[in-house]
Amino acid sequence: MIGRRKRRAKEPARDAVVVPAVERASEETLARPPGPDPIPQRSVPRFGHGSRVPGWDDAVDLTKDPSQIPDPATTPVDPELRAEIEAHMAKYPDFRSAAIPALAAAQRHHGWCSPEAIEQAACVMRLTPGYLVSVASFYDMLETRPVGRHAVYVCTNISCSLCGADALIERIREETAGDPDFNVRAFECLGACDIAPMVSVEGVYVGPVGLDEVPTLVRQVKEGSPPLPDKQLRLRKSTDPGAARAVPGTMPTAGTPHPYGGEMPGQAPGPPAAIEYPPPEVEQ
Amino acid sequence: MTDPILFAGIDEPDLNTIEVYTRRGGYEMLRKALTTMTPEEVLDELQASGLRGRGGAGFPTGKKISFIPAAQIDKYLVCNADESEPGTFKDRELMQKSPHLLIEGIVIGAYAAGANRSFIYIRGEYVEQADILDAALLEAEAAGYLGESILGSGFNLSLVVHRGAGAYICGEETGLLDSLEGKRGNPRLKPPFPANQGLYQGPTLINNVETLTTIPHIIRIGGAEYAKIGTESSAGTKLVSVSGNVQRPGNYEVELGTPSRDIIYGLAGGPPEGRRVKFWFPGGSSAPVLLESDLDLPYDFNTLAEAGSMLGSGAIIVVDDSVPVVDVALKLAKFYKHESCGKCTPCREGTRWTVSMLERVDAGLATPMDLDIMASVQDRIIGNCLCVLGDAMAMPIGSMVAKFRDEFEAHIEAARARNPFGDEAPEPPPPLVQGAVGA
Repeated sequence: MIGRRKRRAKEPARDAVVVPAVERASEETLARPPGPDPIPQRSVPRFGHGSRVPGWDDAVDLTKDPSQIPDPATTPVDPELRAEIEAHMAKYPDFRSAAIPALAAAQRHHGWCSPEAIEQAACVMRLTPGYLVSVASFYDMLETRPVGRHAVYVCTNISCSLCGADALIERIREETAGDPDFNVRAFECLGACDIAPMVSVEGVYVGPVGLDEVPTLVRQVKEGSPPLPDKQLRLRKSTDPGAARAVPGTMPTAGTPHPYGGEMPGQAPGPPAAIEYPPPEVEQ
Repeated sequence: MTDPILFAGIDEPDLNTIEVYTRRGGYEMLRKALTTMTPEEVLDELQASGLRGRGGAGFPTGKKISFIPAAQIDKYLVCNADESEPGTFKDRELMQKSPHLLIEGIVIGAYAAGANRSFIYIRGEYVEQADILDAALLEAEAAGYLGESILGSGFNLSLVVHRGAGAYICGEETGLLDSLEGKRGNPRLKPPFPANQGLYQGPTLINNVETLTTIPHIIRIGGAEYAKIGTESSAGTKLVSVSGNVQRPGNYEVELGTPSRDIIYGLAGGPPEGRRVKFWFPGGSSAPVLLESDLDLPYDFNTLAEAGSMLGSGAIIVVDDSVPVVDVALKLAKFYKHESCGKCTPCREGTRWTVSMLERVDAGLATPMDLDIMASVQDRIIGNCLCVLGDAMAMPIGSMVAKFRDEFEAHIEAARARNPFGDEAPEPPPPLVQGAVGA
């Protein structure tokens, strides 16, 4: 069916013939994917002086020989990084298990899994860079392109987006627009739907983040101070004091009749309780 | 009313340190199991308890351990802490607040399975929790609860906290094993099952965090006593993560078999004032959706399975009537498309085409026939892949299309009326329209 439409598109324009809207739309969308938010074409990243930024998820260059295990004599590795990778390798029965920790360590040292970072990790682990590239390109948290040093992951999965995560990431992107230090990413479910919409700032979970708190959050990230100290996940109580229980500190059971809105859904008893946070701990 | 088991004293300050944990009676069950019981006795208790895996599949834990061969070879225990199912955050809470309970459960579980190396595969995003586990690990080693001849019993166990790097598929047990071996996290063909050939080709027991943290309590009260909690087929308590459009999202421990309405309205406060439950996912985003009329179902494995859904990881996501179902479906499909590892064609292509078709629906380019095609794509994914990631998208999307078909069709009509050219501002304007207007 698509092929037929394509052929028709090549025909000369049929003047004064009103084509039904659906068919016109289909012809037009053949050129680009449908939907309100088409996938942006990734432009080739370049350095300021014009040459291409090398990245590991580029297509394979078939004119080059496959890379070998890097020669320790010609591959300088920071002793600290070497010690860290070797410590990881010693923990496992098979040293290859340390691939992810080693790449994460190399990424911490280099900012991203750059060709140098991967070569150094490969040199210490006695693996080919190709093997480590195959690992690095699989995992979301291993960056195969240069990124800003402040990793700000915004969860945009179902629970968070029901609570306004799409507006939140939009706001954070506006606030950090043009700042190369920021790596703002919409991330898969980060496992903190109880504080939705939430943000992971360099591993520290904060939420729920209101749109008006975004400037404060961005400023704190720039300063390197703890992000939104009174909204960090670690301060949250596990048991919500507002949850309606017949006896505090117990849980409902299979046998209990349920007095909650049996007739009138939507009418839960009692006022909704806000999440109570203890007073913020002062750090530094 | 019973007392919580996993969440007993969970908010006690510094429960993550070994001092507070042992003061509260921690590691006593480890001592009891290792010094007074044989591995077979521990296994008998677990089998009698009727404990079912809390990670999603709900496989009986005792039976899983009994599949591990008894031969004198290297055996492994892997704790699956790669909690990535959207809506699930129970393991995070347990690891953050009570890491020693997990370590105690791992040691007892490994003792029953005869494993002498254990790993906690924690997702890379849980930085704070992994740090807490690392600290707890050092404390437990220093106190002699891990390492050589634990408590003089002659049982050795090493434990490593392994951090992942962000991949949903690594929560699937064989994908997790590949990832732990330092490869891309692609699932493996089963059989052989991990109990026979898992990590480094050795027999491997893989269990969820919540399953393992329940083990010390079973040793405390005995398997038969534990089986009395909950319903006949679903014994014990379950941590339920409630999120989405509810007033008090959070983790709640409930006895299995509690009416779902008690959880959603009683504990989590129900949807915001003036809204109603439109549909809800009973077991994470992979579970087929249930409607408001299903709210009185008891929350246990079998009832939800009979209702055409599943308990899964115990994550309830509530969606209220202000949210279009197409938005939720599209969000869901995009997530699974991103997370599909690409190994099996039905999942890789099926998730991609589902996203494309949902985008057509959203853009007003679809016809009701597209919904049939979409439903048939879901049917062709289910059961045709190495792992259940594709099914995890196909089941909820299929159930949404089936249960909200009217709304999907209305959405298509509305989008087409709003946007007859398939775009808000056609670029460039189609020449035929100009011709038509000129004539």
